[in-house]
Formats: sequence, C-alpha cells, structure tokens
Amino acid sequence: MSWFKRKKENIVTEDSDRSHDLPDGLWEKCPSCDEIMHKKQLETNLWTCVKCSFHFRIGSEQYIKILLDEDSFKEIDKKMRSADPLKFEDTKKYSDRINATIKKTGLYDAIKTGTGKLNSKPVAFGCMDFGFIGGSMGSVVGEKISRLIDKACKNNLPLILISQSGGARMMEGALSLMQMAKTSAKLTNLAAKSLPYISIVTDPTTGGTTASYAMLGDLIIAEPKALIGFAGPRVIKQTIGRDLPEGFQKSEFLVEKGFVDFISHRKELKNNINNVLSILT
Amino acid sequence: MAKTILDFEKPIVELEDKLNEMRKMSDGLNIDSEIKLIEEKVKNLKEDIYKNLTRWQRVQLARHPDRPYTLDYIYMITENFTELHGDRYFKDDKAIVGGLAKIGNHKVMIIGHQKGRDTKSNVYRNFGMPNPEGYRKALRLMKMAEKFHIPVVTMLDTPGAFPGLEAEERGQAEAIARNLFEMSKLKVPILVIIIGEGASGGALGIGVGDRILMLENCWYSVISPESCSSILWRSWEYKEQAAEALKLTAPDLLPLKVIDRIVPEPLGGAHKNHSEMGEVLKNVIIEELNTLSKIKADKLVQSRIDKFSAIGEVVE
Repeated sequence: MSWFKRKKENIVTEDSDRSHDLPDGLWEKCPSCDEIMHKKQLETNLWTCVKCSFHFRIGSEQYIKILLDEDSFKEIDKKMRSADPLKFEDTKKYSDRINATIKKTGLYDAIKTGTGKLNSKPVAFGCMDFGFIGGSMGSVVGEKISRLIDKACKNNLPLILISQSGGARMMEGALSLMQMAKTSAKLTNLAAKSLPYISIVTDPTTGGTTASYAMLGDLIIAEPKALIGFAGPRVIKQTIGRDLPEGFQKSEFLVEKGFVDFISHRKELKNNINNVLSILT
Repeated sequence: MAKTILDFEKPIVELEDKLNEMRKMSDGLNIDSEIKLIEEKVKNLKEDIYKNLTRWQRVQLARHPDRPYTLDYIYMITENFTELHGDRYFKDDKAIVGGLAKIGNHKVMIIGHQKGRDTKSNVYRNFGMPNPEGYRKALRLMKMAEKFHIPVVTMLDTPGAFPGLEAEERGQAEAIARNLFEMSKLKVPILVIIIGEGASGGALGIGVGDRILMLENCWYSVISPESCSSILWRSWEYKEQAAEALKLTAPDLLPLKVIDRIVPEPLGGAHKNHSEMGEVLKNVIIEELNTLSKIKADKLVQSRIDKFSAIGEVVE
C-alpha cells in the first residue's frame, strides 16, 4: 500500500521510510503507485518510477554516475573513518556498529567526497549515503566536507553537495554537533572567494544536516517529495498533539514556504546544475 | 515558594534540617559539641556528593528551576541594559532575549535563551525553546554589534529549538544554519557561555564564538539524554546511561576542545547562591573580553574558523 494513503497515521514515520531503500531482486515495486518494474528498466530511468516518477532512494555511487562525466570522479579521503572519540556504547558498541556498517555497505562513512567533471566543468563533489547509520553526520562527515571545501577554495571549484541524512550522529555527542559549526564556518571561506555552492537535498534531510550546510547553498535544489526539515515529523506530531497536514515538510512545501529554489526531477538534475553553473562561473 | 530538592540532595537537606532543629533547642542545653559534629558531617556529605556528581545529576542541576537564567545574569552583572525586541520580519521571540549593556568597562551586545520560572512565565517564554524568529532576532542584534564594533556575549540555556509546525514553516533549520554561517565571520569578538542546558542545534544557533565557556554543572550535546535513550534504547528509561554515553558535561567537553574554559559554580550549584555565581561570572567575562578586545577583527575571524575546523576526531 502506498505510504501516502495511510488512513490511520497521516504522517510518515522514520521506520516506514525503509520502503524507499532499493530492495534486492530483479523486479521492483514502486512504493508509491505499485507499478512493477524490472531492475534494468528502473536503472535506465535513474531509479525513478516509470509510471509515477517516484524517486527511489539511491546512494553516492548512483549519484556520481548520474551527475558526473564518466570516470571523472576522483575520491579523496576515501578510507577516513570514525575514531569513536567518546567510546560510545548503547545497546551495542558504536565501534562494532561502525565495523558492521562498513562491512555491510562497503562505505567507510556517510559521505563520499572528491573532484569530478560535470559536462566537462571541474567541480568539488560530495554525496551522502543514508545507508550508513542513517546518513548521520559525525566527525568524519564534517572533516570530509571541510577538506572538500578547502580543495574547492584552493582549486577555484564550485561545490556540489547532495544531502541525505537523519542529522548529527548521536554516538559522537557534542563533536557531531560541532560539525554543524565547522562546515558552516568553512563555507564562509568558499563564499569569500565567490565560488558557488549548490546544495541538493534528497529524501530525507533532517536535523543538524538541514540546520547547517544543506540550507546554506547559494542554490538549494530538492528532489520531488523529499522529506526536508529540522525536527522529524514524529517529534512535531508529539509536540503539537495533532496530525500533520499532508505534504508537510516535503520538497513542494519548502518551495512554497521559500526555503528551496526549485524541485528537479533526477533526470533533469545534471542539466539544471550545468545551466546554473554556466552563469555563476 | 517551595524549593525544589533533587533526589541526591535529600540526605543533605535532611541533615541540615536536623542541624537547624538542634540549634533551636540548644538554648540552655549543652549540645554544642554535637552540633559541631553534625556541621562537620554536613560539610563532608556535601563535598562527597557534589565532588562526585554523575553526568545525569549534572543534567538535573543544569535544569534546576531555581538556577539563574539569562535575565538574572543580565540584572546581576550588567549596567544600563536596554532590551531590544523583534527580528524585523515576523515577531519578537520571548525565548531569546537580547540588548545593549555594559559589563565593567566593556560595552556589549548580550543575547541569551530565556526560560520561565513558573508555568505562566514558561508558557510566555515557550520553555526557552526558540522559534526561527528568535535566531533571526539574535542575528539582527549581532549584526548591529558588528556595525558599532561592540563585542557579543551569548548565554546558552535551552532544551532545544522548538519542534513545532510553524517553526518548520518559517524555516527553523535555515535560521539556525544562517546563524552558524554569519557568526563564523562576524567581525567582533563573540564570547559564548553555556549557563544551563545546551541542547543541540537550538543551543548552537547562538553558540559559535571565539571563546566557549561553560558553567560547571551544565550539559551540552547533540541530543538530550531522554531523546537519546528513546531512540537508541527504544525506551525513555535509559536516560542515566545515555547521559554517561554522551559525555555531555563540562569536564568531558574540555579535552574534546568543544569548550575552552569551565567556570566554577558555588558548592551545590549556581542555584545555591545567585550573587556569588554572578560575581564569579562577571569577573570571568571581563577577563575574557579584556583579552578578546585586543585582537584585530581579521585575525579574530580567521582563528574562529580555524578553531571550529579543528574540532572532531577521525582515523585515516
């Protein structure tokens, strides 16, 4: 059943978001319109539904393929990983969680950064992965973005960041919080050099990620129907004690409220960025 | 008004009550030596309890309803305070206060979260949880301070930015992000003091500065122990463990370079003696501003950016 048409609960909780993730197998069912597609067909359509344009959640590997010229991406700080500075432990050890996630995803943390070319234009590029502990921002994400901005400043490159994140990572406590200040502070260097920063927000982008670099783009472009907000819908619902209006905190809502420049279909994304960069650079 | 007594403070209060009773009865009775004994006991007990506070106990002290709030400090330690209102876009947020004042010889723009003391004032102050207009008011005042070359002092004490429907509509995330960006490059000194609860982005939204001070019994982290417990343990019952795991107290944060200095509180916490706390803080602020005001604007901004850039630990 589509999660937009739920009768009992009018809001989408984080847990139900799992349905966005790409399932295994040859055939995929669109969570929005129930259309069944072959995986190849979905891939050719850039992981958007052929019938209703529902945007499946994809990771950094796929975005690199979609946005950057073939084989142009050169990753930096690839193996940087969390130092577990607090020796954090809840129901399990954070260090075990990290190791298990690295093994499962083949990623070292929740963002890939590097340089590449977009329609032959050199760019500094970063893309988050929701699959790595909810795309949460800890020291590694902060440090990688920070170094990416340094590189952009040094080589006069425009910056493109794709956000997909539940927010700051709890397991690094105040250090995660400080990554918000760190990335924002670094962005002032980029701005001082008049280098453009294009922030692309995808489903979902919430918490400390939204409240720092995701909202600081010269341009903010959203994918359709992505959840974008500060507090999560469940928390807001608890606070105000009533259901949230349909479409609340979705891309279309943010455009209407004036916090996103425009919504771009994944197929148009590269072209849209190229158009903007051709004028800003 | 009945004083709030925290669980771990109860043995002290009980002993103190006993002491007072004995003092009242002591007329004509020869119990001076016993009184002395109990006085000694109270002193030892206090030291024992307050020197060995758990992280959760400090969280409780940080939230103590008798603790001094931003406006209490403003009235205690500043002169000529003129409160300024409104963000010039939408409205005046009562959860963040600010204005022009003098501390010693320093002119300052002082801004802070403001909680209420009782139900009525807490509703008025929205429990110290700002909406976007609060952050935008703070930014407006900081920009004014920059224009007139006045240092900024901010006081952090919030359970979080308000997670409401209208707050989202008006861009809570954007308002906080904008402040982080603008505070990073503000061309006047910014002195940040955590005076109570430093809850996540809601606190950090006015918390970027050149020197970050923290009173002894405060907490500052990415999430409250309760919320952390509810997400990671899937129950509200593990707040003590969450507080331990989050390492959210001043002694934890100093070696991590999240804060630069711990300001000592009177024995038992700031709420035990407002005027003593005010006096200590006033002297610390003056001392810090003496140093900061000597640094040139460009250098100040550069070292502020460098300072935050250096926070975090990774393995390569």
